[in-house]
Amino acid sequence: MAEHFLFHGGVHPDDGKSLSCHCTIQDAPLLEKYLLPLQQHIGAPPKLLVKKNDNVLRGQCIAEPGGFVSAAIHAPTSGKVTLVGECPGANGASMPAIEITSDGEDKADQSLAPMTDWQDTDPELLKKRIGAAGIVGMGGAAFPTLVKLSPPPGKPIDVLILNGVECEPCLTADHRLMLESPGRIIAGAQILARSLGLEKVYIGIEANKPDAIRQLRDLTANTNIKVVELRVRYPQGAEKQLIYAITQRKVPAGGLPMDVGCVVQNVATAAAVAEAVIDGKPLYERITTVTGSPVVSPGNWRLRMGTPLSMALELAGGVHSDPAKLIMGGPMMGTSVYRLDIPIMKNTSGILLLSPEEVHQFTSQACISCGRCVDACPMTIMPGTLSVQIENEAFDLAEQWNAMDCIECGCCSYICPAGRPLVQHLRRAKAEILAKRRAAAQK
Amino acid sequence: MSAIMVLVLVGLGLGLLIGIAVKLFAVETDPRIEQVEELLPNANCGACGFAGCADFARAMVGQTASAGQCPSTSDDAVKQICALLGTEASQRTAMVAVVKCGGNAAVAQAAAHYNGISDCRSASLVASGAKNCLHGCLGLGTCARACPFGAIEVIAGLAVVHPELCTGCAKCVATCPRNLIEVAPASTPVHILCNSPEKGAAKMKVCKAACIGCRKCLNAGDEGQIQMAGFLAKINYDNPPTAGIAASCPTKCLQPVAAAARSAQTTLEPCEVTNG
Repeated sequence: MAEHFLFHGGVHPDDGKSLSCHCTIQDAPLLEKYLLPLQQHIGAPPKLLVKKNDNVLRGQCIAEPGGFVSAAIHAPTSGKVTLVGECPGANGASMPAIEITSDGEDKADQSLAPMTDWQDTDPELLKKRIGAAGIVGMGGAAFPTLVKLSPPPGKPIDVLILNGVECEPCLTADHRLMLESPGRIIAGAQILARSLGLEKVYIGIEANKPDAIRQLRDLTANTNIKVVELRVRYPQGAEKQLIYAITQRKVPAGGLPMDVGCVVQNVATAAAVAEAVIDGKPLYERITTVTGSPVVSPGNWRLRMGTPLSMALELAGGVHSDPAKLIMGGPMMGTSVYRLDIPIMKNTSGILLLSPEEVHQFTSQACISCGRCVDACPMTIMPGTLSVQIENEAFDLAEQWNAMDCIECGCCSYICPAGRPLVQHLRRAKAEILAKRRAAAQK
Repeated sequence: MSAIMVLVLVGLGLGLLIGIAVKLFAVETDPRIEQVEELLPNANCGACGFAGCADFARAMVGQTASAGQCPSTSDDAVKQICALLGTEASQRTAMVAVVKCGGNAAVAQAAAHYNGISDCRSASLVASGAKNCLHGCLGLGTCARACPFGAIEVIAGLAVVHPELCTGCAKCVATCPRNLIEVAPASTPVHILCNSPEKGAAKMKVCKAACIGCRKCLNAGDEGQIQMAGFLAKINYDNPPTAGIAASCPTKCLQPVAAAARSAQTTLEPCEVTNG
């Protein structure tokens, strides 16, 4: 246990994983239609390569990256493009999307050839493949993986960390992946290490998944990969907290992991990298946990991008009681949504339903200055003080008090005895500060 | 006794010194600045482009600004200021803010129950707010709190402008996350209380008071009085239609501002905005 360090702050929410952690990953049946959003990543929107009535194959690239920080999108099945329009997004706004009507044959596109000799392949070619397969961070942020693998000169990278922590309560997709496809994760780790040209690889897993730790330890014995058992504390899986726990390096405020020589990738991303390189399979499906107390049979499904939430819930047998809340992602960081036609995207790690008893309606009270949010904040900012500044719209002051460091993990809102929606305040401040910075940059 | 005498003498002496200093170091100010300032609304809304009413008054006396620049001053006050400064009173159009949404709780569906910060800009960051119409008023009153004249009231989940209080300062315009507020000439008899660019059928599904793009008002008015922008009718403020045109609208989204404020008040109970 002494092999790692503990970050500051954090909370211990009920992990709620027992609902789905024993459920093997199931394949979803082929759907008639997929409504595929084009913007499934952070960064520039991709350029659409197909038009209405075009025939596409499964895995065919239908949109190419629209910039350096961007990602390609691939067709989830073979069929015809029946609509170039919009679909609802998790943030409430509509976003550009295309509808693919399946021809039922699910014919695969062969343009990405399997690279069986990846151990001897030039790292640049590996990176090119990772970009061509449209791989983005699958833990939630959906940051294009290729960008993380291309640090600017002067930022040497010496440590690769695979994030198998899955600290978000209720989600079990990564846990199941580590149990069922550990080989893929390890191969992905080696490919990522090769493309970064480094030796030191860690896989960080929270101690509440002993089976996954044991299995990955057995399989990585006598390799350069070290499996690290991490203490259970939310948000252990946040990038900066994970780096500190494993390497004791502190990412500076406003900095990136590459500033301390680290690259962090989710285990699901590593598995997707292995599939892209070894099998020539681009990223068009992912494992998603469908869970929550109102769900009839919670579990983990391999869903293709563009599957509507309603279909995912149907796979889980629907609900046996009226849910009060529908969340994309986990209970701490997920987004609450209110429609069922939102499609699954590359970063949809879970769909969570909460029953009326589990949803608390808070009334925001005045801050009592108890300081519990300060104790809980893993980024060591002062959410309570900030929330008062933000209530008074003092965004410049909030910026000086490091509001931009907030990772929106939700620890402060979770712990606040006055029921203050602290994360929402901070999210508002971040949006206002970013808008101000953008306006200043345009001048 | 002597203590009192000493204090009185010290007091008189210091008072004399202050009196001399006031005369000696007096700063010459134009007395008109103060008089002009008194005629201004003193809301410090910033609509004139100056840092508050005092700054604006100084600029007017210095002949670098004209009284008409302040949208909030009444015509009478403008005339008085002009008489005071000996300038011509310029023609100006009285403006009024229009919240281009008529979707109150009775006609527009709520998609979900929103339990969060009672502020439109914060709510719009959470799944775009809890209204089924993605372009409608969120009704949490961010504009009402920004109004220096108390001219906006949230009635039944909809921000409603009271035209008799609104001075057209436009301070509310930038606060709306959905860009619903427009400043229009106050003489315009009717306004289109919808800003959704969606197709008519899609709008009908989420709101009974939406502009469905039926073009009936277009035919009822003279040419050029109402123009279509996609599926949304727009009033031509240079050549506005008469109030009678409101009868042609099947969804009653074509309304005088004053009527909108009144009808919302009489037909619906004010909705309770919970904080938290």
